[in-house]
Amino acid sequence: MTSLILAEHDNSELKPATLNAVTAARALNGSIDILVAGSNCKGAAEGASKIEGVNKVLVADSEEYANALAENVANLVSKIADNYSHILATATTSAKNIMPRVAALRDVQQISEISEVIDTETFVRPIYAGNAMATVKSSDSLKVITVRGTSFEAAEDNGGSAAIEQVEASGDLGLSSYIGSELSASERPDLTSARIVISGGRGMQSGENFPIIEAVADKLGAAVGASRAAVDAGYVPNDYQVGQTGKVVAPDLYIAVGISGAIQHLAGMKDSKVIVAINKDEEAPIFQVADFGLVADLFKAVPELDDELQKNGFTG
Amino acid sequence: MKVLVPVKRVIDYNVKVRVKADQTGVELANVKMSMNPFDEISVEQAIRLKEAGVAEEIIAVSIGVQQCQETIRTALAMGADRGIHVLHDGDVEPLAVAKMLKELAEKEGPSLIIVGKQAIDDDSNQTGQMLAALLGWGQATFVSEIQIEGEQLKATREVDGGLETISVKLPSVITTDLRLNEPRYASLPNIMKAKKKPIDQISPADLGVDPSIRLEILKVAEPPQRESGVKVEDVADLVDKLRNTAKVI
Repeated sequence: MTSLILAEHDNSELKPATLNAVTAARALNGSIDILVAGSNCKGAAEGASKIEGVNKVLVADSEEYANALAENVANLVSKIADNYSHILATATTSAKNIMPRVAALRDVQQISEISEVIDTETFVRPIYAGNAMATVKSSDSLKVITVRGTSFEAAEDNGGSAAIEQVEASGDLGLSSYIGSELSASERPDLTSARIVISGGRGMQSGENFPIIEAVADKLGAAVGASRAAVDAGYVPNDYQVGQTGKVVAPDLYIAVGISGAIQHLAGMKDSKVIVAINKDEEAPIFQVADFGLVADLFKAVPELDDELQKNGFTG
Repeated sequence: MKVLVPVKRVIDYNVKVRVKADQTGVELANVKMSMNPFDEISVEQAIRLKEAGVAEEIIAVSIGVQQCQETIRTALAMGADRGIHVLHDGDVEPLAVAKMLKELAEKEGPSLIIVGKQAIDDDSNQTGQMLAALLGWGQATFVSEIQIEGEQLKATREVDGGLETISVKLPSVITTDLRLNEPRYASLPNIMKAKKKPIDQISPADLGVDPSIRLEILKVAEPPQRESGVKVEDVADLVDKLRNTAKVI
């Protein structure tokens, strides 16, 4: 029994999201290979070879994989799937784009966003935005799986020394082409891997008010997120969104500011270790999941929090 | 061009979902059902393409129980032209749905299939990608903006780090994200008119697709509940609790 993990990377570096899928694959008790499909992706391949517990890194280094277009990458994965019992990837937007395509090419019913491995064919996954947990058993001979990153610890990304092996590229299908990206540049940690996250909601009233939570974020070394309401209102870009249809996060500390706590938002953060809610409406549903609730006007409380942190030696 | 839009009947997004006591699934009896919200966005986008003179005909497809006809009627009331209902009484999985849609696409010859990125019941996020693979077409998933330029579709996609723009050759499949548009409400005259629009009813067998389940649901359980916490007095109390009780800062 051997698992293949589709690596998440930007060619020069392996992305930490890959490490959660490795941990899920380890629970299957078989051998683990990693596929790095990219262009000039030596850096990413070397990163993958250092992950503990990985047997072999397969590298397909060719122009058609430069931007992880789903058609080309899925075609490649499908071609090398014969040697594997399980194909896994952490459920990033890139993997969500590619993996169902792999599953269809192999005539497999994919298992999306598993949160637990029971055995080699049985898994737990959230349904209805995490309001129910389904235990499912696959009858397909090949399992194609995406992994909810927050449900599995990241594997160690040093200490391993897997062999790197080149695989033949499968060619450009010519169905789509990459034009460009507008990625948010930020000095702050990545939302999905940050230890502390502070998010603003509709209560922020405007994007111009986000600097007050950004100041707190910088003192704590935290990432900044937002509720769907704040994103839809145009306060912040879409990639800030925490929730069922945005990013799912599970930091050590989650601070919800001016967020009422709609089901769709709770689905994205309720596995956080400690939740703090700051909201002036004491009936807000966010208080039902908060470990520490502060009923207060955020425009007074957040600057106070900033000062209090400063007093306690948090200077960023 | 023709546009095909699959629409799924799901528990209304405002309903608090309850797990059945025998853990075989969630309670569906006497629960309000509606069109999957992402599919409403798909229907709206198809109508906008028609209004812009790009699309000529919009076909809404639903697969499932008899009441899926209501979901198709909603799409027709919004502005779709006709419906196809694939009647099937049991659960149906994304792969089987994609196979049925592929057969329909080959019969109808749409240039564009607009699929919701995810259904809010099983949260699979698979059908559009699978359909594109089975047809051998290109795909643009999680789109927040599209532009059709001749034989190409330019799409802005919502990705983890921000936005990405790609170009896809038509025919293609796109899957819709939240910010693509705001779906319209059907007006009363349009609801009346929709009653006269045709809906064909067929079976999975008519399409030559076996809808058997590959992923058996052994159990559906409540998620672990969080214990309710405490209210803090003020900001100083909060910082103290985070430092000394929870020890997270």
